[in-house]
Amino acid sequence: MSGFPTLLHKEVLRFWKVSTQTIGAPALTAALFLFVFSHVMEGRARVYDSVPYTAFLVPGLVMMAVLQNAFANSSSSLIQSKITGNIIFVLLPPLSYVEFFAAYVLAAVVRGMVVGVAVMLVTLPFVDMEFRNPGWILAFGFCGSAVLGALGMLAGIWAEKIDQVASFQNFLIMPLTFLSGVFYSIHSLPAFWQGLSHFNPFFYMIDGFRYGFFGVSDVHPLRGLAVVAAFLVAVSALTLAVLRSGYKLRH
Amino acid sequence: MPAAIELRDVHKRFGDLQALSGIDLEIPQGEFFGLLGPNGAGKTTLISVLAGLVRADRGTARVMGHDVRKDYRAARSALGVVPQELVFDPFFTVRETLRIQAGYFGMRDNRAWIDEVMHNLDLAPRADVNMRALSGGMKRRVLVAQALVHKPPVIVLDEPTAGVDVELRQALWRFIRRLNRDGHTIVLTTHYLEEAEALCGRIAMLKQGRVVALDSTSNLLKRVHHLLLRLRLAGELPPELRELEHGSTEDAHVLRLKGYDDVERALSSVRRAGSRIEEMELVQPDLEDAFVDVMRRS
Repeated sequence: MSGFPTLLHKEVLRFWKVSTQTIGAPALTAALFLFVFSHVMEGRARVYDSVPYTAFLVPGLVMMAVLQNAFANSSSSLIQSKITGNIIFVLLPPLSYVEFFAAYVLAAVVRGMVVGVAVMLVTLPFVDMEFRNPGWILAFGFCGSAVLGALGMLAGIWAEKIDQVASFQNFLIMPLTFLSGVFYSIHSLPAFWQGLSHFNPFFYMIDGFRYGFFGVSDVHPLRGLAVVAAFLVAVSALTLAVLRSGYKLRH
Repeated sequence: MPAAIELRDVHKRFGDLQALSGIDLEIPQGEFFGLLGPNGAGKTTLISVLAGLVRADRGTARVMGHDVRKDYRAARSALGVVPQELVFDPFFTVRETLRIQAGYFGMRDNRAWIDEVMHNLDLAPRADVNMRALSGGMKRRVLVAQALVHKPPVIVLDEPTAGVDVELRQALWRFIRRLNRDGHTIVLTTHYLEEAEALCGRIAMLKQGRVVALDSTSNLLKRVHHLLLRLRLAGELPPELRELEHGSTEDAHVLRLKGYDDVERALSSVRRAGSRIEEMELVQPDLEDAFVDVMRRS
């Protein structure tokens, strides 16, 4: 029997045991974003014609939390295991590099989804939400968190210190999520920035995710999902190649 | 029947350091084998090659006949490694740690064996305690237990008793001896040479990545051709014996002699010098002497 289910279970258990920090804290942060931005921006920002700004904001905040926590799960687990040395417990058993990849990425997806549901539950009492196409919500939620889970693995494998993972998060993941249309529709941007946003894969994740709620998006959801899926395949292929080579894990 | 461990021409270099230089070693099933050497000799690198943590630059390594690269699943399933570093996962209790480790090897229903391992290593009273709350000695016991949860036929212990109290050492060796009697192959590295002497049937000594001695423990001991004679005298040590002096304690002289014939000569010298022997002890060479001897010659 494979060790994959146990590694997945262990990775889920790992964040579940500290759920105040891994689920509660991001839910509170998202709620604070909602209160502040909805208070300041409601009625001022131009979004889709029929969607109030606060309702527009909620899916963006949910997806931002999903993405950031999916990244945090795999990256923090790997870097902590490397620093404390307990990574040896998952390197000694007969796990293939594909099983290793799948367990860490799926655990990141579970963390992302659980945090997403928590953020949604915290924000729902303050806004009337629609759920027009739940399938798109799930598809973009899954693919987006899987991409970030794989990116988190790359960061965790590459980094040798916790602050290197933090740099990855602060200087790459955070700007890309903030500039992906969480707080605005890209149609409200000047043409140059609109064009540039199309090179940010996080934009497609949030735009498509939002489509699932309102049935409206900046880009057609099929095109968005194709971009996100292609990005997922590319990041997964790179992560699998790194794992297969044993880079920074097996000398 | 394949050898428990088979290494052929294994080389490994880390930058400028040649950690292993053509290791050839075969350990039959059921053996209690010692791997000795000074710090940096390559013992841990060798174990890491077997465990798949380090990839050899050249040569082959097999566990129970399974190549550690090509047939890594079977090779790793057959191997249990107690690492040298005291590492643990702070998120889990002792019982959770052991169940998770067993699960990594695809074993979901071996609670009875996990309970037995915990009982034998005196971990049962702490089974539901978080790893963070354990003392260093208890964490070491958990490391040993983790290596055994999947009942591997080959068990490698990399300095398992470093910094461990006498009680655990005795409990650990009782359990490991039992496993060896049951057919498990044991490979031990330790700096406590008296442990290796008492436990291991055969020993390899490593120096700078090479095997410099490989023989049964008794044959290695026979290679040492000297005896130590400890004398406490009422009077001075005769001048002709001073060149044999190997060391001395506060109240005794220790003489290094080539054989039993020299014992009589030494005693005669003492008598001639008019000194009186208050206490005398003949010390047989031990593995430490053999080790020092091999390291000096190689």
